[in-house]
Amino acid sequence: MKVPLSWLREYVDLPAVTAHEIADKLTAAGLKLEAVTSYGHDVKNVVVGEVLSIEELEGFKKPIRHCQVEVGEAAPRQIVCGATNFVAGDRVPVVLPGGVLPGGFEVGARKTYGRMSEGMICSERELGLGEDHSGIMVLPEGTPIGADVVELLGLREDVIELEITPDIGYALSIRGVAREVATAFEVPFRDPADVSPPAESQPSHPASIADPTACDRFVLRAVSGFDPHTPSPFWLRARLTRAGMRPVSLAVDVTNYVMLELGQPLHAFDATKLTGEIVVRRAQPGETLETLDHVVRPLNPEDVLITDGSGAISMAGTMGGLHTEISDDSTEIVIEAAHFSASGIARMSRRHNLVSEASKRFERGVDRELPLYASWRAVRLLTELGGGAIRPGVTHVEIPAEPVRISIPSDHPGKVAGTHYDRETVVRRLEQVGCTVESGAVAPADEMAVLLAVTGDDMLTVTPPSWRPDLTDPNDLAEEVIRLEGYENLPSILPAAPAGAGLTEGQRLRRRVGRALAGAGYVEVLAYPFVGERDFDNLQLPAGDARRRAVRLANPLSEDEPLMRTTLLPGLLKTLVRNVGRGFGDVALFETGLVYRPAPDAPAQAPVLGVDRRPTREELASIEAALPDQPRRVAVVLAGEFERSGWWGKGRPATWADAVEAARTVAREAGVELTVRADRHEPWHPGRCAALYAGDTLAGHAGELHPRVIEAYGLPPRTCAMELELTRLEAVLPGPAQAPPVSAYPVATQDVALIVGADVPFAEVEAALREGAGELLESLRLFDVYTGAQVGEGNKSLACTLRFRAPDRTLTVEETTAAREAAVALAAERTGAQLRGA
Amino acid sequence: MSNYDPVEVTPLHADEVARMQADALDAIKAARDLDELKQVRLAHAGDRSPIALANREIGALPPAARAEAGKRVGGARKAIADALAERQVQLEAERDERVLVEETVDVTLPWDRAPRGARHPLTTLQERIADAFVAMGYEVAEGPELEGEWFNFDALNISPDHPARSDHDTFFVESVDSGKVLRTQTSPVQIRALLGRELPVYVISPGKVFRTDELDATHTPVFHQVEGLAIDEGLTMAHLKGTLDRFAEVMFGEGITTRFRPNYFPFTEPSAEMDLKCFVCRGASAVPGNPPCRTCKSEGWIEWGGCGMVNPRVLISCGVDPARYSGFAFGMGIERTLMFRHNAEDMRDMVEGDVRFTLPFGMEV
Repeated sequence: MKVPLSWLREYVDLPAVTAHEIADKLTAAGLKLEAVTSYGHDVKNVVVGEVLSIEELEGFKKPIRHCQVEVGEAAPRQIVCGATNFVAGDRVPVVLPGGVLPGGFEVGARKTYGRMSEGMICSERELGLGEDHSGIMVLPEGTPIGADVVELLGLREDVIELEITPDIGYALSIRGVAREVATAFEVPFRDPADVSPPAESQPSHPASIADPTACDRFVLRAVSGFDPHTPSPFWLRARLTRAGMRPVSLAVDVTNYVMLELGQPLHAFDATKLTGEIVVRRAQPGETLETLDHVVRPLNPEDVLITDGSGAISMAGTMGGLHTEISDDSTEIVIEAAHFSASGIARMSRRHNLVSEASKRFERGVDRELPLYASWRAVRLLTELGGGAIRPGVTHVEIPAEPVRISIPSDHPGKVAGTHYDRETVVRRLEQVGCTVESGAVAPADEMAVLLAVTGDDMLTVTPPSWRPDLTDPNDLAEEVIRLEGYENLPSILPAAPAGAGLTEGQRLRRRVGRALAGAGYVEVLAYPFVGERDFDNLQLPAGDARRRAVRLANPLSEDEPLMRTTLLPGLLKTLVRNVGRGFGDVALFETGLVYRPAPDAPAQAPVLGVDRRPTREELASIEAALPDQPRRVAVVLAGEFERSGWWGKGRPATWADAVEAARTVAREAGVELTVRADRHEPWHPGRCAALYAGDTLAGHAGELHPRVIEAYGLPPRTCAMELELTRLEAVLPGPAQAPPVSAYPVATQDVALIVGADVPFAEVEAALREGAGELLESLRLFDVYTGAQVGEGNKSLACTLRFRAPDRTLTVEETTAAREAAVALAAERTGAQLRGA
Repeated sequence: MSNYDPVEVTPLHADEVARMQADALDAIKAARDLDELKQVRLAHAGDRSPIALANREIGALPPAARAEAGKRVGGARKAIADALAERQVQLEAERDERVLVEETVDVTLPWDRAPRGARHPLTTLQERIADAFVAMGYEVAEGPELEGEWFNFDALNISPDHPARSDHDTFFVESVDSGKVLRTQTSPVQIRALLGRELPVYVISPGKVFRTDELDATHTPVFHQVEGLAIDEGLTMAHLKGTLDRFAEVMFGEGITTRFRPNYFPFTEPSAEMDLKCFVCRGASAVPGNPPCRTCKSEGWIEWGGCGMVNPRVLISCGVDPARYSGFAFGMGIERTLMFRHNAEDMRDMVEGDVRFTLPFGMEV
């Protein structure tokens, strides 16, 4: 809302304060300053001149005039001008040499088109008064020659732009802002709606309300013999322009002016194009309306319409119809001022994606008492400025509405604030807002009011004013008192919360995982969770893969990525490609976040429950059932060198083993030991893919990516990845680690080298060795994997160090040898392992 | 050999012993390294050295002469042994010195062999905020990102026709009437906390939220908020103000100036906005005539987050009796906080995942 201060000052006796001082007070009252714009402060030396004579200069591409202009000095000024819309005798604004136009544009005397030009005759745009640059500005006859144009036209103006929150529709008007300013400065307020329309008994035009839920007040007034060719006066256009609206024609400008001033949207019909009775009703199936923007709109049966004998003529409070619109020759005008249902207009505006100055106000709440006054102000202005006469009579259809009354104890605002306001303060503040305050309580009006009721001593019953439909609850009244008393005056007290339990194990785990991965060399990213079918194709997911079952957005940002991720990998891979593209070829990234996994049998719709009570367990479960499963995952991707080459020698490229180790790093933080099994699972390389199990639970996969995935995403060769479901690890957290016994007896070390088939996983050999070695085995470590002629074609040799120790004695050679032999025997039995050299 | 005249045993002559000692001392002195000293030791103190041989002759002397000769030779041997020991220490020290010098390396060589990782500052900032509140006794509450519309809007007193509902540029799950949205705020966690926890409730809930904004320097469709909720008996706006003042201090240091002004949110009543005095211009840019400020757009203040007393209607939809319980809620943007706290100027840097942006933050913010 842009508020020119001169307009504000018409209704408030403001002391001498700056625009910023006013804006600060308004901000403190809840109308937040967006910007202050000053106009005309830099303009100087612009005076009224009379064109004495005009000489048309020949020989130029466009018409050029050399004028003698009387500006009240000793001699007339000679000025060259390119406009032709004036004649000798016209009074015009002239900027003299040394003068300054808006924007700091200095004007001097200069030679142009072969003549001297001592200044410039100005257009409205050059004076900073809007967009009119079609010709120079011709002032009314009799404007005093030599007068200062800045003073004369009120060019000097400060405009405060305010951010108006959706609850206070009344502040989308000079009237509303003026009331707030008057309260803030404690100065009198003159209500611009106080226009005393005459008592009328006749309707001006037949009208009725067919649907009382759509409209509860409908007022029509008519003007006859209006001169449609009268332009809007300068002051009117200037005000509208400063307030951010474009001047159109006198009739339209007047309706906009009254709307800005009072907050009541108005609509002007050409009375000669109306047929029969005007009826406010909802749309009928199949009905259409061509609106002023020349769009034929199919209407929804819930749309609120103004209709006449011909059908729909306007979308109520949103946009008028084309065919009944006033035109350049309309002399008979009907002004409509109504109070429509806020939700009705809101829905219609949203359905048709049509937001107008009118719909914005109706949606936020318009004063239901305004239509009679605003329409009177409009027809008065129309006839004053455009001639014609106000036709006697007024159409006034009203659906009676019971005013809201709210009872609160007088100490309620103070209790909400955490301070004390005495009764007199509470009453005074509420009255400043426009409320009527009486002693005593009234019964709550409905069930919600019963639930919201606040009881106590010294009850006050408050009737909010008609322009504050937002005041319905006890706390609404508390806010009014508190904001006018000043939020800045509230005490600041830190409450003592009861002792909390700290972070949950799951929350701790997430932090540890993040730190461990960062410590291991991975950089965290937070990629967008949006993916497309193409990602699933790039990942080589087969047709029936569960990860292809994704939540689809109705209004995605990009049509290419309408789905919610079911795996973290696409975002990570794209981020990796971006880093490589920016010159970072050695990259290791990780992300922790949710994936969205809809159940195949989940209901398509989550019910939208009521809000007047706590939902039942079943009702809540019905929402949960419709939501997808949203487990938390952690994933890494890495490419290039994981250990860098350097002056120390060769580095080490990132491999599948780093990806698996990343999984172990995560699992270690969870205290979970992962079992690794070879697997074939997209998007991984079928021969370099590890399935990761926590006990019997599949927790994720790791390894090198499939070459086709690498090609599809344009990844560096041999890019590796890991993805684990943290939620599954959280489910199997083992609890606190158990302290192991630490034996001080000596260790006995034995190495074994086993020959197994090349396809036998080490993990199986290891498991057999551990089990076979029994309790004396302290640790087992693989130190070499060998393939070659010495171990035979299709075989490999696995060399391990076994360390034995007993808790209570020094082991004998016989004991350790027996344990080793048992280990080898079980490995032989399970995996066909042969002791090398045996 | 009875006529043997011991005095005539040449090696035991005083002159001869003195010469041996002098020879030995000269040789010791001349030894340039430990190897040469080893040779010198053999030659002048070894079993076959002149002084050792001379020592052996003492036994052949008549008893009366033995003492003197013994004293003479013993003195010489001790002098030689002392000189050897001294030289040994000297030469060892010289050797050590030389070897350590030879082993000198360029300690300024880089060692960026192991990869360096980092956590995202948006993550660690959320943790820092959570920690600040956990220290005040709050617990960290969570909720789904893909949320029921009822939780995201209706239960928060944002009815379907409410202007605030269209102000939230919401991602809807297909179809539009599925009743499912990507949560536009962390406030639905308030509802889940009130439905799922015992009163009183003091929770903080950082997390991801979504709005259909195109990515630019100051907007991103996926961003992070932190939501706070306290519901107890007797909580007031003064408590809200006190909590946020403390929070601002923890985030931005003592001396931060805050401003509390009326605002509107459907789920709080009364509602407020917490502004911070601009750290860049300290509010000076708001005064006409002063140079403009990019950070606060010359308003002098920066909007940090919305807050207010939980609307009793919200309590009712969660089955909490507003006559007994009251409380406050607040929500701050993490991205904005990061921008203010760490001078991050462009939100795109936070979402693109360029390692150069994240690495300087390390493990903590």
